[in-house]
Amino acid sequence: MFIIVGIGVAAAQGEIHKVTEGAIKGAEMAVAVALGLIGVMALWLGIMRIAQEAGLVNLLAKAARPLMAKLFPSIPSNHPALGHIIMNLSANILGLGSAATPFGMKAMQEMQKLNGNRPVASEAMCTFLALNTSCLTLVPATIISVRVAANSANPTEIVGPTILATAVGMTVAITADWILRTYYRRRGGF
Amino acid sequence: MLAAFLDPLSRWTVPVLLTIILLVGLMKKVKVYDAFVSGAEEGFSIAVKLIPYLVAMMVAISIFRETGAMAIALGFLEPLTKWLGIPGEILPLAIMRPLSGSGALGVATELIQTHGPDSFIGRLASTMQGTTDTTFFVLTIYFGAVGVSRYRYALFTGLLADITSFLASVYFCHLLFL
Repeated sequence: MFIIVGIGVAAAQGEIHKVTEGAIKGAEMAVAVALGLIGVMALWLGIMRIAQEAGLVNLLAKAARPLMAKLFPSIPSNHPALGHIIMNLSANILGLGSAATPFGMKAMQEMQKLNGNRPVASEAMCTFLALNTSCLTLVPATIISVRVAANSANPTEIVGPTILATAVGMTVAITADWILRTYYRRRGGF
Repeated sequence: MLAAFLDPLSRWTVPVLLTIILLVGLMKKVKVYDAFVSGAEEGFSIAVKLIPYLVAMMVAISIFRETGAMAIALGFLEPLTKWLGIPGEILPLAIMRPLSGSGALGVATELIQTHGPDSFIGRLASTMQGTTDTTFFVLTIYFGAVGVSRYRYALFTGLLADITSFLASVYFCHLLFL
């Protein structure tokens, strides 16, 4: 949809070459992003494997079972997916974006096993992503450093409204996910 | 006061986490090095598997932006946001935020530097940057990593959360900073 609108606009303005430029730029950026992820992914998934073999992931899953059972009724308790979900959300809350991604990938892989490797998203995946994209950040470290660099008188004053606004967003996301899940179930199948 | 507590928290988390995992691993007699290498190998293959999905998404977004279609979309939204009391300067950030993390950070940094970090726009931009996530990016790589191509309602929920967080940021900034 984005592509068609973009091409339409470029054609209307007689600047069709911008479509080509945009496409090539986007493709190059995508590979750069993916390659940039390799190092961090390898680091954290390596660490996670140690944690998993030491039984830490299962321990975490057990500890958060009551809350997780409410949010993810379709995942059996004690399933490793829950441990990875918690790791991902904790990393998000602590503002460790680069660590959150590999944990999230592991969580998705475990959920995909439960999903029977179908190409259609499962309910648990939708809930997980709703939580993930709306997730609370206690320390928005990057933006604070931008504010410090711009000589702000109080660089951390935005933490308060950030937490409040995220809480509202998260509530809406969880509610919307629940409503849609019920609706899709009633419609049957997918 | 809050910041005095939160700042060390974010700096200590990773070192403490690494120490605990390694110590428990050693205590439980896990072959730490072997486990790390096999996990890390997986990280490499996941990152490579993401490339086709990322190319598809980022090409689409890049075309949308480069051709000026994004600017036109912004023009349509402006009367609405004016009515809601949202400064027009902030709109490009609101549109960019779910699409591209580095793009949004660039826009936010520019807004903060032009208008000053302690201006209303600077504060609102900072809040928005910390509040919402790059929904398209997260969905693409998370679903891409496991080969899911039908997202069902996940995109809708994510974007709804983004819009809500955006409006909530405006509301709370009005409340606290004006």
